[in-house]
Amino acid sequence: MKKKTLAAMLAVSMVAAGVAGCGGGSSATETTAATQAAEPAAPEAKEEADATEAPAKAEAPADGKVIRVGIINNDPNESGYRTANDADLKAMFTEANGYEASFAYSLKNDEQITAAQKFIQDEVDYLLLSAADTSGWDSVLQDAQDAGIGVILFDRTIDASEDLYLASIVSDMDKEGQTAVDWLAGQGLDEYNIIHLQGVMGSAAQQGRTGALDEKVAAEASWNLVTQQTAEWNSEKAQQIVQSVIDSGTSFNVIYAENDDMAKGAVAALDKANISHGVGKDVIVMGFDCNKWALQELLDQNWNYDGQCNPFQASYIDKVIKDVEAGNMPAEKTIIMEEKGFDATEITADDVEKYGI
Amino acid sequence: MTGKKSIGTENKFADLFRRQIFIPIAALLLLALFNLVVDPSFFKITLGHNSVGDPVLTGYLMTILDYGSEVAILAIGMTLVTAASGGQDISVGAAVAIAGSVILRVLVGLGGDGTLQAPILVGFLAACVVAMLFGAFNGVLVAIFRIQPMVATLILYTAGRSIAAWINNNELPIITDKGFTVFGGFIPGIPIPTPFFLAVLCVVIALLVLKFTNLGLYTQAVGINSSSSRLNGLNPTFIKWLSFVILGLCVAVVGLIKTSRLSTINYSVIAKDIEMDAILAVALGGNVLSGGKFNIMASILGAYVIQFLTTTLYKFNVSSDALPAYKAVVVIMLVVISAPTVKEKLGAWGRSLKKQKGAA
Repeated sequence: MKKKTLAAMLAVSMVAAGVAGCGGGSSATETTAATQAAEPAAPEAKEEADATEAPAKAEAPADGKVIRVGIINNDPNESGYRTANDADLKAMFTEANGYEASFAYSLKNDEQITAAQKFIQDEVDYLLLSAADTSGWDSVLQDAQDAGIGVILFDRTIDASEDLYLASIVSDMDKEGQTAVDWLAGQGLDEYNIIHLQGVMGSAAQQGRTGALDEKVAAEASWNLVTQQTAEWNSEKAQQIVQSVIDSGTSFNVIYAENDDMAKGAVAALDKANISHGVGKDVIVMGFDCNKWALQELLDQNWNYDGQCNPFQASYIDKVIKDVEAGNMPAEKTIIMEEKGFDATEITADDVEKYGI
Repeated sequence: MTGKKSIGTENKFADLFRRQIFIPIAALLLLALFNLVVDPSFFKITLGHNSVGDPVLTGYLMTILDYGSEVAILAIGMTLVTAASGGQDISVGAAVAIAGSVILRVLVGLGGDGTLQAPILVGFLAACVVAMLFGAFNGVLVAIFRIQPMVATLILYTAGRSIAAWINNNELPIITDKGFTVFGGFIPGIPIPTPFFLAVLCVVIALLVLKFTNLGLYTQAVGINSSSSRLNGLNPTFIKWLSFVILGLCVAVVGLIKTSRLSTINYSVIAKDIEMDAILAVALGGNVLSGGKFNIMASILGAYVIQFLTTTLYKFNVSSDALPAYKAVVVIMLVVISAPTVKEKLGAWGRSLKKQKGAA
């Protein structure tokens, strides 16, 4: 009895996997406890976040033809990133803009595929897809192609032939990491003693943001990793890891956290030990994802840097659809979105409003 | 005369060995010894000031007191649930997310700017009520519908974090009021982390309740044999249900601490897997996981031992995603040691040793 109970316990703990920070590609590791298909009611409140980058409302086509799109996304509850992403799509694909949109949400690949089949039966014009998992999409996308439905991937890529989709609109995580590391190198410290807090191992966001830093540390003698640990996008774990470094008495001057939550946890540990952080202080704090509250920390000079992971793909998707409708196929299958890195000394209140998610 | 004395000490030693609390104490001593040998600086505690200027004690031991207290508080409720129902509640982490979300909702409100809209006490009481309601829900499933506790609480385990997100309409409000950070940080002027005091308070209340009411005896009776306790005039359904409600109260306290640490929470990861630590604390405390006899102090000691282990592993830079594997090793050892067949073998071995001695 006891043995059985404990075996079940362990099994359950294994099932509960990591949680996404910025929606990344290899999503086998990116499931959340919130597995249910979403309640679509959630995102209305965030609407102010999107009006910003989703540019001037695209005009309805002159001939009055309504474009029908089926949108398959991950659960908006997954993260702030996903909430902003969903709100952005909802704001773009409206009747006023000449679209008739249907939404389906799931963090599970098989449920997403079922939703895709339903959209194909409903004869939508375009299928927009942020896949939960990279594999298993070949046959259903083939069906879509046979039915003359254009498929556009956003946020996440899949393992399927490029012929099966029109375009894939993604973030370049490697570039996000490189931008951040270049910025850090530009700070001109004599010595870099870095606490590196990683996301869930294996996720695209983690790999990209870790890769650039690892390279730099290997190349430069003055760059050292005090510790390199995964805090799994989790602020509590980050706080404990940084606390442990502080307890050990090792000195450090940079916190490189791969998302904002972990940076926040790290800062809580610093505050407890009275280690100053921010612009012109002892420790440089770096985060990613550009949450609004995180950018506010930058504006208050408590943090130094925040790298963007752009959730606003709707305008890019809109452009692809308009081009295809006009008869121009996109030149490049993979479209990389523009992403910024914010420096606390340069950020403005407008930036916080415009880019905060 | 001397012979009598030696028998006396031997008995005492055997007695200690048989005492339930022996396991967590032994584990604690083992860990402490290991750290003492490898790096005595583990035990260094320094008095400094935090960024607000209050005196604080820092060091690994303080970290253990700080974070171990969360698990210790949960271990109180988990011990009662285990003893009464013979099963464990795996929805604790999700319930903490719900409690934290309620606190945020009441204190900041929707679309608030982070200033307090209500007294902290009101937020906490609201969280207590909600967490106890969810505990009562679990309790009804287990006590009345007789669903296996782990399966019954799987429902809330799965849905809880979505509910937590829904309570705040998926927003993540941040409380800007500095007074709120007291519960997960330090009371101004007192250099010991507040969670430790909260844990002590909870333990004292729990022990007083057990001392002055029959709850402990009833729980044990129900856990050992539910139907015979019913024949003796107890109400097993109510006792089981009550244990889940008490766990709900513990969850609310932990929710307050967690929320206070960062002045906000992330619904999907807050208190992730904390139920495993709480259950492990109960197991480490030597409590029978299939119900019956229990010892709350042993569970609480077990909770701090787990944090001791975690902090030690962090100190040696063990990758944090490997931590569960180390804890799993501890679980395996505990289960094997407490398995009836092993116990029998050990007992037989001990008797044969005695016989040999007697023969000699």
